[in-house]
Amino acid sequence: MMDVKRRYVIPGDVVATGPLRPEQNVYQDGERIISTCVGISEIFENAVRVIPLTGVYIPKTNDLVIGKVIGTSPLSWEFEINSCFIGFLPAQDVFGRDYSPTKDELKQRLNIGDLVAARVANFDRSRDPLLTVQDRDLGKIDSGELVEISPSKVPRLIGKKGSMIQTIEMATKAIITIGQNGWVVVSCDDPEGLLKAIEAVKMVDALAHTPNLTERVKSMLGVPEGENNDTINE
Amino acid sequence: MSEDGIRCDGRRVDQLRNISIKVGVLKNADGSAYIEFGKNKILAGVFGPRDVHPKHMANQDTGILRCRYHMSPFSVTERKNPAPSRREIEISKVLKEALQPALILKDFPRTVIDVFVEVLQADGGSRCAALDAAAVALADAGIPMRDLVSACAAGKVADRIVLDVNNEEDQEGQADMPVAIMPNMGKVTLMQLDGILTADEYKTCLQTAIGGCRQVYEVQRRALVERYFESGAQ
Repeated sequence: MMDVKRRYVIPGDVVATGPLRPEQNVYQDGERIISTCVGISEIFENAVRVIPLTGVYIPKTNDLVIGKVIGTSPLSWEFEINSCFIGFLPAQDVFGRDYSPTKDELKQRLNIGDLVAARVANFDRSRDPLLTVQDRDLGKIDSGELVEISPSKVPRLIGKKGSMIQTIEMATKAIITIGQNGWVVVSCDDPEGLLKAIEAVKMVDALAHTPNLTERVKSMLGVPEGENNDTINE
Repeated sequence: MSEDGIRCDGRRVDQLRNISIKVGVLKNADGSAYIEFGKNKILAGVFGPRDVHPKHMANQDTGILRCRYHMSPFSVTERKNPAPSRREIEISKVLKEALQPALILKDFPRTVIDVFVEVLQADGGSRCAALDAAAVALADAGIPMRDLVSACAAGKVADRIVLDVNNEEDQEGQADMPVAIMPNMGKVTLMQLDGILTADEYKTCLQTAIGGCRQVYEVQRRALVERYFESGAQ
């Protein structure tokens, strides 16, 4: 594995000095690269970034998010996506190109309170995020349990190449949809598995910054110890 | 003050009061902190980034910061009217201006970050203590910051420059100077002076206060590390 240097940092801490590339959650002040949030710093192939341990979700193009319908306007739905911005889903995206506000009723398809898996189609500083459901596995979510975790811990829940989420899904036979905005839908036919999967997701949220988390989740779920060992701070 | 430089509460001239900070004490706020600065007891809660209401305050280019400093009716010996007084409005403004340089609000256009500071018990130097708590609460909320903000006062009591003026000394003393700095950047974000000092006294007073700020910074740092990197790590 490549050499990755990790360290705990708070805002204002100098993560590194020298000719390195500042990436997420850092800024450059002359030679120094300084952290802007509480998190774990990473220096990897001349790039410096900090993985935050706290904070709200900021939409990014192509992110899969889970949204809740909070309102409709004549041409679109408005979504709560656990962010400071409201997501917009144009009606044409669901009804097709021949949508007409006089003929079709938005609420027939998606009503207020419905959960939807969507992708962020476009987002920039000047406009609220535009969502789309035109893709495989996107659209209204009919069943499952919504679990809210901190958006900054989503990468941890997925794990390296999806290791964590696969572990949980395999042990509980649940299907877990993770939105990058920190909303997770867990569905499972077996109520016992559902409860266990929810517990595991919450456990990852609470202990995201601790080492050997996959092992601990495995032992909580009663999976025999495997070789897949991941550590966060060497 | 006694002849050998022991103050009315038993401290040396260059000694801070006892400070303890707890991070993440409020569940419903996005970020929070509780500080005990001597006999000061102050809670700070941060919300945001979130939608701006009233809408006309929103800025298309950047996020905005709002602060409210409030003293509880029971925070002082005689009941204080809970309506915002002239002094509270001033301190709210001062806190906002002291925190603003540390925050990176460019990433959150059309949003607001609200900081609420509630003084539960006041004992002189509450604006500095409020600032310390607010800075930690902002870091807890995951708002990108260039640096933390650490504040501490110095003053002139019985013709001597002392660090961290308490309520009694403030009433009897000749000058009071609250100072806030961004410790890693070495920049001053707040400097007020109430009283008269000579040029030399002014310099020592400022240096004393900055020294105090650096001590406060260590406490803030420890509080954040404790909250994020130590709890549940074992």
